[in-house]
Amino acid sequence: MTATVSTRPDVIVIGGGLHGCSAALHLSMRGVRVLVLEKDHVARHASGVNAGGVRQLGRHVAEVPLTVASMALWHRIRDLVDDDCGFESHGQIKVAESEAELATSHARVAELTALGFTHEEVVGQDELRALVPAIADHCVGALVSRGDGAAIPFRTTFAFRRKAISLGARFQEGGAVTRLVRKNNLWSVETADGGVYEAPVVVNAAGAWADRIAAQVGEPVPLEVIAPMLMITARVPPFIKPVVGATGRTLSFKQFPNGTVLIGGGLLGRAMRDENRTELDFSQVSVNARTVWDLFPCMRGATIVRSWAGIEARMPDQIPVIGPSGTQPDLYHSFGFSAHGFQLGPIVGRITADLITGGSTDLPIAPFSIGRFAA
Amino acid sequence: MSAPKFDFDIAVVGSGPAGLAAAALAASKGASVVLLDEQAEPGGQIYRAVTETPVRDRKVLGPDYWHGAELLGPLRDSGAAHWPGATVWSVARPREDGPDGERSIQIGLSRNGAAAMLIVRHVILATGALERPFPIPGWTLPGVLGAGAAQVLLKTSGLVPSGATVMAGSGPLLWLLAWQYLQAGARIDAILDTTPKQNWRAALPLLPGFLRSPYLAKGMKLMLEVRRKLTVIGNVTALRADGDGALKSVTYTRNGTEHRLPADTLLLHHGVVPNLNLANATGCAQRWDEQQRCWRPTTDAWGATSVEGVSLAGDGAGIGGARAAEEAGRLAALDALHRLGRIGREQRDQLAAPHRAALDRALTGRAFLDTLYTPAEAFRAPADDTIVCRCEEITAGAVREAVRLGCSGPNQAKSFLRCGMGPCQGRLCGPTVTEVIAAERGVSPAEVGYYRLRPPVKPITLAELAALPKTDADIDAVFKH
Ligand SMILES: Cc1cc2nc3c(=O)[nH]c(=O)nc-3n(C[C@H](O)C(O)[C@H](O)COP(=O)(O)OP(=O)(O)OC[C@H]3O[C@@H](n4cnc5c(N)ncnc54)[C@H](O)[C@@H]3O)c2cc1C
Ligand SMILES: Cc1cc2nc3c(=O)[nH]c(=O)nc-3n(C[C@H](O)[C@H](O)[C@H](O)COP(=O)(O)OP(=O)(O)OC[C@H]3O[C@@H](n4cnc5c(N)ncnc54)[C@H](O)[C@@H]3O)c2cc1C
Repeated sequence: MTATVSTRPDVIVIGGGLHGCSAALHLSMRGVRVLVLEKDHVARHASGVNAGGVRQLGRHVAEVPLTVASMALWHRIRDLVDDDCGFESHGQIKVAESEAELATSHARVAELTALGFTHEEVVGQDELRALVPAIADHCVGALVSRGDGAAIPFRTTFAFRRKAISLGARFQEGGAVTRLVRKNNLWSVETADGGVYEAPVVVNAAGAWADRIAAQVGEPVPLEVIAPMLMITARVPPFIKPVVGATGRTLSFKQFPNGTVLIGGGLLGRAMRDENRTELDFSQVSVNARTVWDLFPCMRGATIVRSWAGIEARMPDQIPVIGPSGTQPDLYHSFGFSAHGFQLGPIVGRITADLITGGSTDLPIAPFSIGRFAA
Repeated sequence: MSAPKFDFDIAVVGSGPAGLAAAALAASKGASVVLLDEQAEPGGQIYRAVTETPVRDRKVLGPDYWHGAELLGPLRDSGAAHWPGATVWSVARPREDGPDGERSIQIGLSRNGAAAMLIVRHVILATGALERPFPIPGWTLPGVLGAGAAQVLLKTSGLVPSGATVMAGSGPLLWLLAWQYLQAGARIDAILDTTPKQNWRAALPLLPGFLRSPYLAKGMKLMLEVRRKLTVIGNVTALRADGDGALKSVTYTRNGTEHRLPADTLLLHHGVVPNLNLANATGCAQRWDEQQRCWRPTTDAWGATSVEGVSLAGDGAGIGGARAAEEAGRLAALDALHRLGRIGREQRDQLAAPHRAALDRALTGRAFLDTLYTPAEAFRAPADDTIVCRCEEITAGAVREAVRLGCSGPNQAKSFLRCGMGPCQGRLCGPTVTEVIAAERGVSPAEVGYYRLRPPVKPITLAELAALPKTDADIDAVFKH
């Protein structure tokens, strides 16, 4: 019997990052046959090398309903993928270095409260010091989201893939999608290594390359390719649990259980996406180093042992593209996460599966429509 | 006008024979050259501390060592700037977006606790070799060290190990070091030779080439002398270092039987591999060299890499020894001068002819040595309980387990296990991780690839980075010398 079963998938997902793997998982959970096409290998790009921050804190208001729903999935991540993904929830904190910055934080909480969300709160200097004893004396308070945390990116993406495979999804690595043609209600998808695959539905989760897939079907988008940088220190004695950011400057600061400290936050190197390559910009890295110098005096003697950058897609309004194509039936987009898409991985895969299997989703995705860029 | 002092035509990284020769030649033809090396003294590995060594008896280190001193005069006369104690942690790919459209390459370096960026138009990387990692059970015990590391102590401080000392491994350098210790009157209890018996069969056809090698007579004399005076135990197929907190004994297997030797010091060595971290992090293409069983950056006959403006000379481009390194340095310098428009192609070729001939002579017989001293697989891809990544304490078994979970190469092993992510950036585990994954998958190392490395290739402090000077005047202030 097995020999006669059609191997044609119901859905082809382009891109084996967290978003492609999450879409594949949620679709597989509903019995949909999925094929993921990945040009390199799963988790090779942004999803495998990011800072692992699982953060609701400070998100664009349009993303708040999604981030809150995703957080609920993160707190039960083992139920979803049979692996804890290294997820730990010790909160995320955005430090205010002046009264003016603290006022910004109060305004933020007021805005969220008006929308009905309560996950962020403002704490004063004493509470900040209790949460982060090592913080510099000049810091006056902070915005806190206690349910936030961090996970291990590569492990997470692999766990999503493993679980999807266990439910029947297939992954084809090492062939870039070069052409997308629609005939007789079927997508025909060609890869650079000569493969041709067919399916009724396609998901574009191609990360920093997703605009090329969109352009293939006459739907150009203003996607910018960026290379966020990270660096990591040699081990220091454990001194901090939450992930720390700053209000007035870019920072993402976190200590791993093994003592190493990850330092990043929005500063960019150069991305060369055609070569799968990034180049670091040390004058920018040094800006980050100075921020840490100011906020964590105990880190001044720390040694930087490694730094790297990943290739990510950024949209002009800093929020992703999620939802159906504006020009083609049976094509769905999920890209442009603008350097903060890791946390959204679990939920956006579910949303995509909702749209494909049910035609709608209960989360508000109108702000993410690709149509917002149409001329 | 900006101070021209931090702006050079050519930077040479590494002041071993390759770098010393390259810098001296390039500067003598009028290029502005800076020679950078993290060591306090010039000389590289072979001529380490040649100007300073407390070892006054010339017999101890041998005449080859003292040749190093002859490279220093020409360097001084050439006018090249020489910055010892300068650790290079990044070499960026060239950019051509400067005001004059000229190629500019930014070099990140640290010196005297301060970091700076240097602008040059061409870089010659002469970063030499590293000892091939020799992972055996117990190799992380105090008292076990690389033979090369021990030699550094001899050259720089005149120190030799005390107590019971065992040397183990294979290769010319092991014999050289044993000989140097003999000359220095040090105690060596035994040499455990791990050269696989069957290597002789593979190497024999290459013997005629080696018989013409300039190293033959020297090597034979040295080996005979060592064999006459020391206990050499051949055909060793397994090794283990034992002890509780410090080395107590060495267990080895010979002809299927285990033997044990008491030891306070165990010196391990099975050859050297190119130190390619800087070239790799700069983005230079590299290839697997089956004969030398190592990764080496891809270069042309002049040492030019796949990155315009970056060339390589010496053991960092593939192991060839000190004399070959010196000549390769000169060839790279001539080609750099040509590429910078200082000399024409014909002049380059003409000046290069004698050096190319000398390089060919120096490389004669190399294939025989490479084949004879190929380390046994058991030591390249060790048993499961052996630690391969010392920074993160990852065993060979953990790497094999990762392969079974879908890890197909060293970069994924990093993500799975964090191996190669510690302070050494893979210098101590890279070759082993490649071999273990390749063996487990049953494919060639060429197929599994190597770590993609990133700057900083040497650790720098947060303070150094935070204080990265912004202007030439700032740089001047911290780098005055
Ligand atoms: C431990 C060891 C001991 C050796 N001893 C001998 C010996 O006694 N006799 C012999 O014939 N061969 C010896 N060799 C082999 C040998 O290194 C050579 O064949 C020869 O020295 C190669 O010359 P080179 O110029 O290519 O490199 P090297 O002589 O190795 O010089 C490279 C130089 O680059 C510097 N360097 C590397 N990276 C950086 C960086 N990022 N920033 C700044 N500086 C940097 C190093 O400090 C070093 O001084 C030894 C090799 C090793 C690894
Ligand atoms: C350094 C860094 C730090 C970050 N830190 C955080 C953080 O702390 N928290 C957070 O929430 N987010 C963070 N992010 C952002 C987050 O990593 C990304 O938003 C997220 O991983 C995007 O996932 P993705 O699946 O869309 O893209 P990717 O992971 O890039 O996956 C896209 C995949 O598509 C493949 N592909 C592309 N084109 C084709 C084609 N034609 N055919 C086949 N396959 C193709 C690519 O090879 C790639 O593997 C960070 C990003 C970076 C780079």
